[in-house]
Amino acid sequence: MTSTAGVAPANPHETATKAPRGRKLTGYWLILPGALWLLVFFVIPFYSLLAASLFDPKGSPLTGYDMTWHFGNFVDAFDQYKGQIGRSILYAGIATLTCLVVGYVLAYAIAFKAGRWKNLMLVLVIAPFFTSFLLRTLSWKLILADDGWVVSAAQTLHLTNLLNLIGLTSTDDRLLATPFAVIAGLTYNFLPFMVLPLYASLEKVDIRLIEASGDLYASPIRGFFKVTFPLSLPGVVAGTLLTFIPAAGDYVNAQLLGSPNTRMVGNSIQNLFTSQGDYAAAGALSVILMVIIVAAVMLYVRTAGTEELV
Amino acid sequence: MSQVHETGTATRAPSGPSRDLKLAQLTKEYATFTAVKALDLVVPQGKFFALLGPSGCGKTTTLRMVAGLETPTSGTIHLGDTEITYDKPYKRPVNTVFQNYALFPHLNIAKNVAFGLERRGIKDHKKQVADMLELVELTSQAHKKPTQMSGGQQQRVALARALINQPEVLLLDEPLGALDLKLRRGMQLELKRIQTEVGLTFVHVTHDQEEAMTMADTIAVMNQGVIEQMGAPNELYENPRTTFVANFLGQSNLIAGEIEGRDGDLVKVRVQGAVASIPADRAHSESGKGWLGIRPEKVLIAEAGQPIDAPGDVITGGYVTDVSFVGVSTQYMVKMPWGQELMVFEQNTGARRMLPVGTKVDISWRPEFAFLLDASQDAKAGIEED
Repeated sequence: MTSTAGVAPANPHETATKAPRGRKLTGYWLILPGALWLLVFFVIPFYSLLAASLFDPKGSPLTGYDMTWHFGNFVDAFDQYKGQIGRSILYAGIATLTCLVVGYVLAYAIAFKAGRWKNLMLVLVIAPFFTSFLLRTLSWKLILADDGWVVSAAQTLHLTNLLNLIGLTSTDDRLLATPFAVIAGLTYNFLPFMVLPLYASLEKVDIRLIEASGDLYASPIRGFFKVTFPLSLPGVVAGTLLTFIPAAGDYVNAQLLGSPNTRMVGNSIQNLFTSQGDYAAAGALSVILMVIIVAAVMLYVRTAGTEELV
Repeated sequence: MSQVHETGTATRAPSGPSRDLKLAQLTKEYATFTAVKALDLVVPQGKFFALLGPSGCGKTTTLRMVAGLETPTSGTIHLGDTEITYDKPYKRPVNTVFQNYALFPHLNIAKNVAFGLERRGIKDHKKQVADMLELVELTSQAHKKPTQMSGGQQQRVALARALINQPEVLLLDEPLGALDLKLRRGMQLELKRIQTEVGLTFVHVTHDQEEAMTMADTIAVMNQGVIEQMGAPNELYENPRTTFVANFLGQSNLIAGEIEGRDGDLVKVRVQGAVASIPADRAHSESGKGWLGIRPEKVLIAEAGQPIDAPGDVITGGYVTDVSFVGVSTQYMVKMPWGQELMVFEQNTGARRMLPVGTKVDISWRPEFAFLLDASQDAKAGIEED
């Protein structure tokens, strides 16, 4: 290399790329730990899941599985579990919307109205994470129990009738073991994932823009929908994704708070894997769920068009 | 909607009764201090009015009260005969050009400009938006986002966004503060041109005295929540009534003196052994101690013993302590026999060479250019320390 110093390079492109090579390598080194992690804990399991979804369905954990490229697994799994898949998407969708409404109000209050209580309120939002997810969901079982005060209060206020009417509970005046309980559990468990990104993007909204909208004849409500809300869209998108994706695959809430009639696709997958040992069907169902979610997310992000906002 | 409709007709009928902006006893108190104290002010319709003062003098608070973004503690705001003191900002026929422009980052330029019209339910605004963008010379940028534009362009968008609503009063909150000097000078002329063209009442808040003098028909100099003096720029500059105005608007030499009293149209004041006669309308105190004020460019300077072209008393015994050459003029600091340093600006006419430091000089001025202020005021009030 030193011999060519000072001489006009024969190939200018070569020298141009050689100079920053050291820096380029640093980038790869920095990516390495993350890439390894993903390889071991995502790519390999995903590959094995994909492989399992194509196994011969006649196998069992005892006899072993043959790789027969059995694409029929997908058709069978979808056919058999489309009810659960639809229910998962419906429950997760309702829970996400409820989280969005409740979370937006909360995040807005923290960002604009909390003043010196801001940090305390943020800690309170995260506080439930200090207790186990399972434990918190189990305590909802007590809260919504048939002889609990929530049920009697809901009965007195005729809320149970209302819930019956829209099909979230059945006619026996219970709350536990109903779709309502499952959705309430999902909403409760995933609310912080909605509030935090919403707060982060609301916090960034310049209060002077809101003043400007008022100055330009927008009433507070119209100003909110024309300025504040559009500016918080990145938070809305992030929050709904962080809520919807795990909620759609969740099985704990349906198992602890629901009934056989409220089983979600997560329960089916878990059941197929652990109880029935039908790896092929479980794998196929997992892949179907994944494809549906990825497609929905892509469609959603593209429609929301957030790249212009960030 | 009816409110908006009313204001709409009001702006379109300028021949009706006067729509002056009147502030009466306007006060804004915060927990720890009073930002604006019993302010009385009339801004005549169609004028370019500047509210000038250092930061923290209450000028922005006053503006925000007119815009409705701040609620006064007491006092009233009228627009013509209509009281708007407690009206919501979105119900006032008043628009603001904000200091940081506050353009909506999620909307393009055309939509930013159309924002006010759309909120008032005016659907067919294409032509108006196009005309307004033409006025501020941004037609080709209509589809860009604010972040893709330079500071000067953003400033013009902010102006267009406010002007398109044809407010009765346009409030400008240090709109040129973020621009560099050269751009600022250009925008000052631009703003003045637009104001003359559209004929709306402009209330311009600024701490830049040159900006205020260049643009405004009337300037109100504000300090610590009160208006010190109000008038046409040249009136304020030539005949300041307080030491704050004398120092904040340009620069002044203030020399301590004993006022001897009034004599006809003149007020006599004894300054360092000599007696000066100040026209009575320029004397803002008639007894006791006083400050005799004279602008540096009104002071004539010559080498000791050389003739000075002035009928006033010649004061001898000074010498030059500092010279700075600023192109059009030369600024001298002259140490006087009584120890005070006076500022003298001399045009570079080329009639005489620059006087070097240490030169013994005589100075003089025409007494009718001097002004007399009450000595109870701080001689250093309004001198910017930055």
